[in-house]
Amino acid sequence: MTPLSRREFITAGAAAGAGLVIGFYLPHGSSGSPGGAFLPNAYLKITPDNKVTIVVARSEMGQGVRTSLPMILAEELEADWKQIQIEQAGASTLFGDQTTGGSASVRTTWDPMRKAGAAAREMLISAAALQWGVSRTSCKAENGTVVHSASNRRATYGELAAKAATLPVPTDVPLKQAKDYKIVGKPIPRLDTPAKVNGSAEYGIDFRLPGMKYAVIARCPIIGGKVASFDDKEARKISGVSYVGKISDSSIAIVADSVWGAMEGRRVLQVNWDDGPNKDLNSADIMRGLHEAASKKGVPLYSVGDVAKASGRRVEAAYELPFMAHAPMEPGNATAHFQGSKCEIWAPTQVPQDVRDSASAAVGLDPDNVKVNVLLIGGGFGRRLEHDYAVEAAQVSKAINGPVKVIWTREDDMRNSTYRPASYHKLSAALDGQGWPIAFTHHFISPSINAQKGSPGEGGVDPDLKDEAALVYSFPYALLEYIPTETPVPLGWMRSVYALQVGFASECFIDELATAAGKDPLAYRLHLLQKDEDIKYFDATWRTARMRGVLQLAADKAGWGKPLPSGHHQGIACFGCFSTYAAQVVEVSMEGDQPRIHRVVGAMDCGQVINPNILEQQLHGGVIYGLANALRARITIEKGRVVQGNFDDYAPMRMNEVPSVEAYFVESSEPPSGAGEPPIPPLAPAICNAIYAATKKRIRALPILS
Amino acid sequence: MADFTLRVNGSDRKVSVAPETPLLWVLRDTLQLTGTKFGCGAGLCGACTVHVDGASTRSCSIPVSQVAAKNITTIEGLSPNGQHPLQQAWIAEEVPQCGYCQSGQIMAAAALLAKTPNPSEEQISSFMSTNICRCGTYDRIRRAIQRATQGRGAR
Repeated sequence: MTPLSRREFITAGAAAGAGLVIGFYLPHGSSGSPGGAFLPNAYLKITPDNKVTIVVARSEMGQGVRTSLPMILAEELEADWKQIQIEQAGASTLFGDQTTGGSASVRTTWDPMRKAGAAAREMLISAAALQWGVSRTSCKAENGTVVHSASNRRATYGELAAKAATLPVPTDVPLKQAKDYKIVGKPIPRLDTPAKVNGSAEYGIDFRLPGMKYAVIARCPIIGGKVASFDDKEARKISGVSYVGKISDSSIAIVADSVWGAMEGRRVLQVNWDDGPNKDLNSADIMRGLHEAASKKGVPLYSVGDVAKASGRRVEAAYELPFMAHAPMEPGNATAHFQGSKCEIWAPTQVPQDVRDSASAAVGLDPDNVKVNVLLIGGGFGRRLEHDYAVEAAQVSKAINGPVKVIWTREDDMRNSTYRPASYHKLSAALDGQGWPIAFTHHFISPSINAQKGSPGEGGVDPDLKDEAALVYSFPYALLEYIPTETPVPLGWMRSVYALQVGFASECFIDELATAAGKDPLAYRLHLLQKDEDIKYFDATWRTARMRGVLQLAADKAGWGKPLPSGHHQGIACFGCFSTYAAQVVEVSMEGDQPRIHRVVGAMDCGQVINPNILEQQLHGGVIYGLANALRARITIEKGRVVQGNFDDYAPMRMNEVPSVEAYFVESSEPPSGAGEPPIPPLAPAICNAIYAATKKRIRALPILS
Repeated sequence: MADFTLRVNGSDRKVSVAPETPLLWVLRDTLQLTGTKFGCGAGLCGACTVHVDGASTRSCSIPVSQVAAKNITTIEGLSPNGQHPLQQAWIAEEVPQCGYCQSGQIMAAAALLAKTPNPSEEQISSFMSTNICRCGTYDRIRRAIQRATQGRGAR
């Protein structure tokens, strides 16, 4: 509890070694934060050797935060980009919520990072003015120095750091205007690239401690099953195996002095599993359950008027999507060293604080006695929002009383993951005489990720839906209703989360309405967006003008409606999530009943662009990831087990199968919004809509290649 | 356990490991050359690609006993100072996102160029389709290979 709540403040203090240290603090944002406490969000240190160190309190998993977040601060600081160093924050009580997810790293740190940089800049200017005995308005900061032009004096930030550290911190500092940006908006090379092309970048899986052992875990293959008994006689005969033991009701650790030894030990370990209650669980029954739940009363997410009162020509369709797995390239892993009263963990994690809390509970320590270090992540996509790897590492380390690294195999990851929930969607519309929708209804039936994890949300509104399910068109009557169901299948947040499902169903259906109206799919959407309107959806405001903008941009760049090579057809879709607007045009041809995707043109409006190079990476990558989601990502449950195991039966896209992808961004001075996830939702419906244009057949279930 | 002398990145390295241990784990755990990555353990993704006598090889799927007398090159030994034309091109094109698969991608590309100095776009796509990138960096990988072969950007 602090009396300083609801007021932003900035503190400064002398760093060890005399320099300027600025911590910046901001309210946690949501009123639900504990006690409304103020929590610091990042950290800046300028030392007399003229190094500017910016602490990154988010995790780097490829999305570029170790470059983009420092850019924001460095811009306001008027720093010389060459003097910037970064430090990765581990789990801390000083950094607010350090979760890396929800396409939120830039959008939530944009303001505090700018203000911290600006406050430091003003203090450095004041320090120079005092030192030179001139007015501070006659000095200016540029390129890591403060300059007094009248007397041609100049001092580096390093030279001014000690003095600046003695000054009071300004509370109200001017922020730069976008037209004056020198760093933000520029395609500055990523700081992490060189280490990633010479093998020196250290990912979680590469970390090592002296004397460290390696562990793999035998986990019950049946969801919800347990260990009944096990015989480790053969496992212990494997050279280097030093420990075999249960670490939970459903798992057994095999520890060896090499990864291979541990894997071999597991291979020959004899386990009798108690199948538990889900041994007959299968995907077909789960989907049947979703269909049956469609008649239940749901939770309205968005409503305009009473859709039952709208009359007109009825159009209806239903869509469904399977479970999907994140399958990041770096398999799960974490290293832990339990030492009686304390434990240290090194993990490629998106949630260092949750790891600290879960691991401390698992090994019976106070969270303050568990230190979590964040290492580079070899692909996150939401999988590292779970804490399982790190909890296992802490448990095994405690069991063997020494340092250990737990490694998952690809099959472990595929079969013991948390999955994007399967979903079923019932949509209907009432069209007027010209085919324009009077009413639009979408019933979204899916097990709730957050409910399964113990946070169902107020009124059963899974909190993720507030960022991922907005209806961005304006209809005279509209209803979006969520019907949460339950499943024993472990659920997780996978890149774009519910937006993939909601976007797929909505944008396929809009296309069906355009067909029913006999109108062009682009013209139909533009008509629905033609009036400038603000659509309120929970805390967000969606502007029809911005969606119209990206739709038109994608269409223009793709040459919508212009002649195409023979046999080629286009499809279009748009969707908004994480406060960002995205539209894509896909060009396909058919080879028999198989689509061949030739070209994807993507447009995005995510406000102020921080780094166009990284943003382009996110759009390209999102399209390729989304392509696998659309074409063949399917996790199947049979007899309580996940069927798929590796990249043969759960196959990502390969270079010889991917289309050319073009990325375009709307120039904007709106605050920056999400970038990593919004490119995903429009892709699958745009592909299906293009296939319809080619075949006159609607695809209403993913994956497309089934 | 058995003793092997491996010739890795031009140096002889003595190791004592089970003979069936995949080369990958000997490189990573015994020799601490962690630039070579574990991705699938089944030769499907290419994250573990190294060169054995110059040929692109899945180190996760070849036992150490089969490579004892051969020349093994890992990402750490591709060039003395990390300045192989492909590494320079990878930096110029800003290829990596998470970066985890990129050691394998670069080693595969180097093996391609050793045999086919001027590959067509189709040859690049076909050869490189052995390597998976979940971040979807394929377009930039292709451009980087073209840049390295042509000494300039592909676009």
